[in-house]
Amino acid sequence: MANSNLKETILNPIFKGNPITVLVLGICSSLAVTVELKGALVMALSVTIVTGLSSLVCSLLRKTIPNRVRIIVQLVVVALMVILVDQVLKAFEATYAIDKSLSVYIGLIITNCIVMGRIEAFALGNKPVPSLLDGLANGAGYGMILIIVAFFRELLGSGTIFGFSVVPDAAYAAGYMNNGLVILPPFALILLGLIIWIHRSIDKDLQEK
Amino acid sequence: MEYISLFVKSIFVDNMIFAYFLGMCSYLAVSKNVKTANGLGLAVIFVLLCTLPLNYLLYTYVLKPGALSWLRPEYAEVDLSFLAFIIFIAVIAAFTQLVEMIVEKFLPALYSSLGIYLPLIAVNCAILGGSLFMQQRDFVNVGESAVYALGSGIGWYLAIVALAAIREKMAYSNVPKGLKGIGITFITVGLMGMAFMIFMGISL
Repeated sequence: MANSNLKETILNPIFKGNPITVLVLGICSSLAVTVELKGALVMALSVTIVTGLSSLVCSLLRKTIPNRVRIIVQLVVVALMVILVDQVLKAFEATYAIDKSLSVYIGLIITNCIVMGRIEAFALGNKPVPSLLDGLANGAGYGMILIIVAFFRELLGSGTIFGFSVVPDAAYAAGYMNNGLVILPPFALILLGLIIWIHRSIDKDLQEK
Repeated sequence: MEYISLFVKSIFVDNMIFAYFLGMCSYLAVSKNVKTANGLGLAVIFVLLCTLPLNYLLYTYVLKPGALSWLRPEYAEVDLSFLAFIIFIAVIAAFTQLVEMIVEKFLPALYSSLGIYLPLIAVNCAILGGSLFMQQRDFVNVGESAVYALGSGIGWYLAIVALAAIREKMAYSNVPKGLKGIGITFITVGLMGMAFMIFMGISL
């Protein structure tokens, strides 16, 4: 019983209740980082860690937080986690050549609706361990979409994956060109629309009337 | 002249929605009809205009590396910039709370039309994003940060009203089943974003 519940907690956010394609949460800070896979991966990991840990902390505190000021308490917990992640990233920035502009988007994880949404909807009413798993799974569901979008954008836009070029030179010689449109912001939205279309065509329950 | 250039740039070229995807959640959720979109847009402009200069002052005189040197010269070494996130979000949350109380007390008509959307602004990424971009851009004075805030607020307002108008019309169109609702909205926003890209080349 408990086992199947835990499994459900983990699998649901990744497919059927995916935070991006189904609940439409946390689009804000995510799309701008999907131009290349590396940024998307860093962002996905950071969001997963922040959602997991802040769900855990809020769940531990759930009996002591007064209902009226809970938003501010949650914001402080989330902001603390984001600062930790940001400081760690700053330390490794030079070693792994992480783009500096990512810092703004890491900061925006604070207002990422997934984090707040999971705390409100799950962590405040559940025990710490399921909350941690729920947070991590939602982060992973979010990260998965981010990585899919980034994969196509980097492949079609720059002809590379993780910075290694995968399109053979012969293709360029034969007249193949990288699609500049894919790198521009609007294409991320269109790609996301298409992913939602595919997802909802497979899973017909999700279609809106 | 510089102010005008910054103003126009922040409305069109660096549009919060179409260039940075900020405030997307409430942008997609509250754009079902023009009237509420209008209210939320105005509230965003207002809160942005008030919090951004405030955060600018806090950042310049308290948080920036060496910012405390006006207090005592030996504080020049102090770097509090790691606290920026938490201070910014606290200012925004406190300010939204304050605005909500003031509007409720003195402008009950506006309050009832904005009501639910006011508290939502605290977690609108466009507001925090504005402060974070301000930190990254190093504005020279308060005036510049205020102009930037006004411009990006108006940009956000225009974007949400335009999308709401399109979605109102779209209710009558025949959209493929799987795309209905949020899917087609994403694609619409993408197309609007492409239209906004014509401003990219403008240099003032």
